[in-house]
Amino acid sequence: MAEQVIPTKKMPPGLQVENVDDRIMTLNVGPQHPGSGHLRIIVKIDGDYIVDADPDPGYVHRGEEKMAESRNYITNIPHLERPVIHDSCNILYPYVLGVEDLVGIEVPERAKYVRVIAAELNRCIYIQYWLAIYGIFLGHSTMFMWPAGDRELLIDLMEKITGARVTHAYFIPGGVRNDVPANFEDVCLRQVNYFEKRIKEYADIFYDNPILKARTEDTGVLSREDAIRLGTTGSVLRASGVDYDLRIKEPYDVYDELDVHTNVLKSGDSYARSKIPWLDMLESCNIIRQALEKMPKSGSIRTKLKPNPKGREDEVYRRVESGRGSAGCHIISRGKPEPYRLKLSVSSFRNLIALPYLLKGEKLGNMPAVYWSLNYWPVEADR
Amino acid sequence: MSKSEKKVTSKDEDKKKFDEKAIGDAIIAAANARREELAKEALATRSNKTLPKVVKEKPKEEKPKESKPKEEKPKESKPKEEKPKESKPKEEKPKAAPPSKTDTEEVSLPEFEKSFVDKISSQFTGDVEVGYIKENRTRVNVKKEKILEVAQFIKDNLPFDHAESVTGVDFPEDKEIGVVYHLGSYTDPTYSKQVLALATRVPREENPNPGNDSTKLPSLRDMFYSVEFHEREIFEMLGVYFESHPDNRRLLLPEDWADLPPLRKDFRNKGR
Repeated sequence: MAEQVIPTKKMPPGLQVENVDDRIMTLNVGPQHPGSGHLRIIVKIDGDYIVDADPDPGYVHRGEEKMAESRNYITNIPHLERPVIHDSCNILYPYVLGVEDLVGIEVPERAKYVRVIAAELNRCIYIQYWLAIYGIFLGHSTMFMWPAGDRELLIDLMEKITGARVTHAYFIPGGVRNDVPANFEDVCLRQVNYFEKRIKEYADIFYDNPILKARTEDTGVLSREDAIRLGTTGSVLRASGVDYDLRIKEPYDVYDELDVHTNVLKSGDSYARSKIPWLDMLESCNIIRQALEKMPKSGSIRTKLKPNPKGREDEVYRRVESGRGSAGCHIISRGKPEPYRLKLSVSSFRNLIALPYLLKGEKLGNMPAVYWSLNYWPVEADR
Repeated sequence: MSKSEKKVTSKDEDKKKFDEKAIGDAIIAAANARREELAKEALATRSNKTLPKVVKEKPKEEKPKESKPKEEKPKESKPKEEKPKESKPKEEKPKAAPPSKTDTEEVSLPEFEKSFVDKISSQFTGDVEVGYIKENRTRVNVKKEKILEVAQFIKDNLPFDHAESVTGVDFPEDKEIGVVYHLGSYTDPTYSKQVLALATRVPREENPNPGNDSTKLPSLRDMFYSVEFHEREIFEMLGVYFESHPDNRRLLLPEDWADLPPLRKDFRNKGR
C-alpha cells in the first residue's frame, strides 16, 4: 500500500496523487474510447458498481466564443454551426434570431416557413445519427444500420435545399441563403411520408424489444424535481415529466401558427430518455407536413443586409429547441460589426451535470445506456 | 527462507535507489519551475504587446456604460451603512437616462415583466438597478456584495428555478468583469417565457492570478444547483473565482494552462 500522500497544494497542475484503495478501482473511459465520444469519464467502481463518476470534457474545445469576437456577424455563421454539424440549422438558429434582433431586420414569411422545415429536417437527421450510436452501444447493430440508412433520405433532401450534405450554413440574418428547388414541396412530402413509415418500424425492432427494455428501464432514473434542480433540458427534461418545449412555450418564427405537440414521459429512466427523441421525429414529420401546406408558394426568401451590418448597442438572449434541447445564444453588441461577446449556452453542456448524478450506484455495464441516453454531443459541450 | 530474505533485501535496496518521494518532488519542482517560466513569459508578452491595443479601444465607445462601474468602486471601500445614502442620488441618474433615449418604449413597458422586477428592486433599493425590461427578457444589475441575498430572494419569492446560462464578460476599460446569470422557470407556466438576467460585476486585475486575487464572487450553487459547470467554466475562462464552490478545477482547458484566462480581451487570437 502506498502510504505517502503528497499534499495536494504542492501538486503541479495536471498531476494527481490518490490514495490507493483495496476495493475502489479507477477507470478512465475515454477520451479515445468510442463508447464515450470525445469525453473522458473518470469512473470509480466498487466491484461492478459505480461509486463516483467525474466527466472531464474539453478534448475538442475550439474556442468558438473567442473566435466569434473577431469575426463579423456574417463570417461567424459557418464556424458557429461546427459544434454540432449534424444539427447545424438548429445550433445556428438562436444566433441568427439574435442578430436579426440586433440589426433590426424583418424576415419574409416564406423564409420563416423554409427555416422551420429545414430545422425540423435537421432535427430528424441529428436524432437518426444519435439513434444509430445508441443502438450500436446497446449491442443492437440493426439499430445502427437502419437509422444510418434512413438518414440518407433526409440528407439528400437537405442537399437539394442547401447544396451541402451536412454543414449547411443555410440560415442567415434576414432569411435563408437560397431558395428551395422548384419541385421541392412534392419531393419533400414524399420523402417525409416514407421516412415516417420507416421510423414507425423502429418501434417493433427496438423500442418494444424486451431485451432493450430490460437493459434500459429503471436504469439512471432522474426524478422530476432533480431534473428541474439540475437545470437539464430537452429530451432529458421531458423524459422526467416536465412539459417544456420552447417550440410551444416560446414560439419563434412560425411555430405559433403550426399545431405543435410535445412529448412527455414520466418514468425518467434511460428508456424514456431514448424514446423521447424518436417521438420527436414523428412530431417533426407532422410539423413539416403542416409547414409545407401553409408555406407561401412564392415570395422573397431573404431581406438583404448591408455589406457589413452593425448591431445596435444592446444585448440579446435568444433560445430555440434544438435536437437535444434548448440552445441559447447571448450576444452583447457594442455597435460594431463584430459581437463584443457571444455565449453559446448549449444543451449538451447543461445536461452534462446530470451524468455523475445518474451514474452513481449504477452497474458499469449500464454506463453506455445511461450516458448515451443523455443525448450528449461532446463537441457541442466543448464548443 | 534464504530466498525470501534475499528478495526482501533487494526490494529495500531498490527503494533506496529509486525513492519515489524524491522523484516525485523532483518532477513537481520541475513542473512548477516550468509553469512559472510560462507565466513570466505570458506576463512579459502581455505587457509589451497587448495592453496598448486595449487602451486604444477605450475612447471610441462605452461612454454610457461607464457610469455603472464608477459607482460601485467607491462603495466597496466604504462601510455598509453609508452605501444607501450615497448610492441613491447616483443611481437615479442612470435609471433616468435609458428611458429618456426611448421615450416611446417607456409607455409600453410590458406590465408582467415590470411587476416582478419591481418586486426585486423594491426589496433591495439602492443595491439593485434595473438593466432593462423588454418583452420576456429582463435584467437586474446587482452589486457583488448583495448577489447572494438577491439570488436567495429570487429563489424564495419568484418561480425561477434553474440557470439557463452564465456568461462572463470582460470589460478592460472599466477594469471589471461582468457575470450574467440567465435564470428561467420550468415549474410555473406563466413564467416559462421569461428569462431573468441577474448581472453583477467584479474587479479585474491587470496581472491575474486566478483564485488568489480580488476577482472573486460568491457561488450561487447553493441556490441554483445548475450553475455548477457554468461557474467552473467562467473560472477558467475569465479567472473569476467562485467562493464556496466545491469544485474549482479546470473544465474545458488543459490542466497545465499557464497563460491568461483566454476569454479576457487582452488574450489575443494568433493571427487576428
